[in-house]
Amino acid sequence: MSSQDIPEENLPAEQDHAHGAVTVADEENPFADPGLPPHEHRIQDIDEQAARRSERAVALLFTLSMLATVGFIVSYVAIPHDKSIFVFPIGHISALNFALGLTLGTALFCIGAGAVHWARTLMSDVEVPAERHPIEAPAEVRAQVHADFRQGAKESALGRRKLIRNTMLGALTLVPLSGVMLLRDLGPLPGTSLRHTLWAKGKRLVNMNTNQPLRPEDVAVGSLTFAKPDGLEEKSEDFQNEIAKAALMIVRLQPGNIKDKRELDWAHEGIVAFSKICTHVGCPISLYEQQTHHVLCPCHQSTFDLSDGARVIFGPAGHALPQLRIGVDSEGYLQALGDFEEPVGPAFWERG
Amino acid sequence: MKKLSVRRRHPLAAVVVLLLALAATGGLYAAFAPASKAQADETAQSLTIKEGKKLYEVGCASCHGTGGQGSSDGPSLVGVGAAAVDFQVATGRMPAATSQGPQVVKKKNIYTQAQIDQLAAYIASLGAGPNVPTEQQYGPEGADIAKGGELFRTNCAQCHNFTGKGGALTKGKFAPTLEGVAPKHIYEAMQTGPQNMPSFPDTTLSEKNKKDIIAYLHAVNGSDTENPGGMELGGLGPVSEGLFAWIFGLGVLIAVAVWVAARTAKAKKS
Repeated sequence: MSSQDIPEENLPAEQDHAHGAVTVADEENPFADPGLPPHEHRIQDIDEQAARRSERAVALLFTLSMLATVGFIVSYVAIPHDKSIFVFPIGHISALNFALGLTLGTALFCIGAGAVHWARTLMSDVEVPAERHPIEAPAEVRAQVHADFRQGAKESALGRRKLIRNTMLGALTLVPLSGVMLLRDLGPLPGTSLRHTLWAKGKRLVNMNTNQPLRPEDVAVGSLTFAKPDGLEEKSEDFQNEIAKAALMIVRLQPGNIKDKRELDWAHEGIVAFSKICTHVGCPISLYEQQTHHVLCPCHQSTFDLSDGARVIFGPAGHALPQLRIGVDSEGYLQALGDFEEPVGPAFWERG
Repeated sequence: MKKLSVRRRHPLAAVVVLLLALAATGGLYAAFAPASKAQADETAQSLTIKEGKKLYEVGCASCHGTGGQGSSDGPSLVGVGAAAVDFQVATGRMPAATSQGPQVVKKKNIYTQAQIDQLAAYIASLGAGPNVPTEQQYGPEGADIAKGGELFRTNCAQCHNFTGKGGALTKGKFAPTLEGVAPKHIYEAMQTGPQNMPSFPDTTLSEKNKKDIIAYLHAVNGSDTENPGGMELGGLGPVSEGLFAWIFGLGVLIAVAVWVAARTAKAKKS
């Protein structure tokens, strides 16, 4: 701490008598400090009764808070969790939730309101200027620190005992590697798993609703069905990972309405199977409008035309929904004729 | 022949011949006339269809064609079934005021249930389609609500929101809220796929599945559904809740802070 650089007249003690005596800028001092305006008193500073009233108000708020906390504990114990009440603007609500929220809210609010009222009416409100000080430490303090450091270095004998010094540096260098090593848990790298799904030649299309393989005659024009590959059960450990890629949306169009030649070739009697995963950021997409044959993604409004190779007709999606080639097996069930030709879902760097 | 020829000039002879001729013509006609005429169907079913056809000609034919074959203003009704008619007319969507606009919306129904049944019988007679479901099919008995929730989230939630509050589609179309929709109409909508909604026929979503879905909707969205959170803000999830918290929650805090700081504590008000 040093006040050597600060002009004497700017020190707080000197400024105090600026109260009420505002200096005017003149030739000599064009940027004169106008000082602080005269201090105004509050009613509580003048009138002892008003001060006591404020004290009582603050105490009342704190007491209310205490009562509310007691109320919180009582409600927690006393109100059954399945009781429902009607509160006017909110509607039907669980009595327990309402009581807990109300009492805890009141308890916290009253502490805050009491503190604010206390600070505004009773605590000292005298304006106090606090001057800035130079950031740099004084010369003698700096010299002392340097001396202390040299002394410590000498006493620890770091410079002399090189074995200790080097092994310590080695230990300190290696220890962060454990943290770096843990980053490996972010992996393993996906490899080619983004390019493949569970669909393969001969896999039957299983209805998500009934868990039964689908037959072409089950799928009516204008209907919407979701399918998963045969053998993928919800209990299986990798169900979420696999269904995230393999989820399928099946609709039937009049073959005459299909404009895209490849779509028609890959369909079975107008039944087309498209990936249910949006090619933008991978939301499940199935807001199917059966009259327009459009599918809308609820996340960013990408729209695909299922009658034209699931081409993107609106929104941020980068490419058409991948289509699965389907046919019918010897027992008359719908089956896949291979995996998707392209990776499903959003694009990634190596997608090509 | 003598006798006959004797009476040939009798004054009544012409009358007798005329009567015989009339009787012969009548008999022949009765023998050869189209059989259907002879067994004119007067059963209750055909009367209903007839009444339905009359109603159809007044309320529907201008768009859907005189025989339900459809026109540029309305689709063909052959094979849509009684369930589609019951849904469209009983929810007031049909007859639509106009075929313009993004979609036909629910409005006040102007037909009695008996008239709707007649219309439905007529349309059903044009081609086979789904029948109006019975109470037993859509009623709550024996339904699995949890399974219904699962099915609802798989098949319906993408458009109708996870508690059936409805949601937006493309170009002004929207999936309506399912709140207050009769279980029968929900069942029919799944069966027939009205307007842009895809259908969920019994072959892919079984009768039991439909019953479960209806029971789930009643459980989460019925008139006596308990809502422990209160103030559901449209049931739209984080969007409306976040909007409310940021605008009203933060707004109140800012207003209180401004109010506290704006009032001076000084005795002499400046």
